[in-house]
Amino acid sequence: MSIWEYANPKKFMTTTAPVLPWMVALSALCLVVGLVWGFFFTPDDYRQGSTVKIIYIHVPSAMMAINIWAMMLVTSLIWLIRRHHVSALAARAAAPVGIAMTLIALVTGAIWGQPMWGTWWAWDPRLTSFLILFLFYLGYVALWEAIDNPDTAADLTSVLCLVGSVFAILSRYAVLFWNQGLHQGASLSLDKEENVADVFWIPLLVCIAGFVLLFIALVLIRTRTEIRARRLHAIRMRQRMG
Amino acid sequence: MIRLFLRDLKLAIRSGGGFGLGLAFFLIVTVLVPFGVGPESGRLAAIAPGILWLGALLACLLSLDRIFALDYEDGSLDLLATAPIPLEGVAAVKAAAHWVTTGLPLTLAAPALGVLLNLPGPAYGWLVVSLAVGTPALSVIGAFGAALTVGLKRGGLLLSLLVLPLYVPTLIFGAETVRRGAEGLDVTTPLLLMAGITLGAVALLPFAAAQALRINLR
Repeated sequence: MSIWEYANPKKFMTTTAPVLPWMVALSALCLVVGLVWGFFFTPDDYRQGSTVKIIYIHVPSAMMAINIWAMMLVTSLIWLIRRHHVSALAARAAAPVGIAMTLIALVTGAIWGQPMWGTWWAWDPRLTSFLILFLFYLGYVALWEAIDNPDTAADLTSVLCLVGSVFAILSRYAVLFWNQGLHQGASLSLDKEENVADVFWIPLLVCIAGFVLLFIALVLIRTRTEIRARRLHAIRMRQRMG
Repeated sequence: MIRLFLRDLKLAIRSGGGFGLGLAFFLIVTVLVPFGVGPESGRLAAIAPGILWLGALLACLLSLDRIFALDYEDGSLDLLATAPIPLEGVAAVKAAAHWVTTGLPLTLAAPALGVLLNLPGPAYGWLVVSLAVGTPALSVIGAFGAALTVGLKRGGLLLSLLVLPLYVPTLIFGAETVRRGAEGLDVTTPLLLMAGITLGAVALLPFAAAQALRINLR
């Protein structure tokens, strides 16, 4: 079993059909458990009060926003190198989810920033790079929508994704150089001594798992829809010919 | 390749529009800024580096779609693609021609517009240097964006949406160089970083642009 088998859309459809409901159910379960646990059964922070609880949406969505772009980069490479059709479709399916995640991260960040920093928005490096990431997503989706021929669109957006990744990373560090900010450093990492206390950490992990599963489920649904749409298009064309 | 370069220069100068239009646009943007923010010279001096860089960037953006679109429409891009020179070379040469017809005049005109915005004395040299170093990156990145959107009917707006995020690092370092120059600080770091971006973009992006052109000409 290798991922190359799933370049065949039929194979992809038959394999993902039974997996999909499980993904949806699991992500719903994780999200409900994680959010309810996080919102109602964790203590308030001693300085931030209950506003700290927005972390259960803010952090997972911000993580996903970056990781979805990374996933699009990988799928774009696979498409460019091996002409793996489902891979291109998955990249296309992931982009709007990425936009949504970036928006959620920005909005929850603003809502959190208002009581904590006293401002909705600051030109802080992390905030600014997220805004730039949002613009990259917009450009990517706009390019997909603008081109009629699906293969040309897949090729061009893949090239854009590769170049965009380089510039997104460049912007990230350029922005760091430009302004030192308000945002705290990473509070979750595997190699540091100091981490968030376990009471917050475990529900947060459940929430992150929920967001990852939600993303997988959404991408599967969107990819399957796209494959069906193409089949429909092919059938229509055939009928018009016949 | 030299002939192609000269041909592009001639076309840009003789066909009217593109050559002077960018400069005029730069002038108008700079003139409009004081109407927007008020005429106090202190405030203008503070924002002048950013405004001048932003104006140059937008003027550059304005003429990007001319890089490939005209040649695509009359079919000469197909001829260039089948010509013995590599398409990467074509993309690089066209970006260079674009720089000579927009980036270079903008660089030379920028100090004059700096006077309008009351730019502090020591910053003029750095303004010219930073624009001279940074605008080639703008042209090459723009050529890549133009190559992506060349086959589209209304590519202009999409082109700006694609290209402007890519301009962010260059803009940050460029404006930072001028700002530090205006305050008499050390400008080496941002200038070197911007030079790095320019060199990297000039070295790599023609390949991406050529790839995009090949896809569009398929």
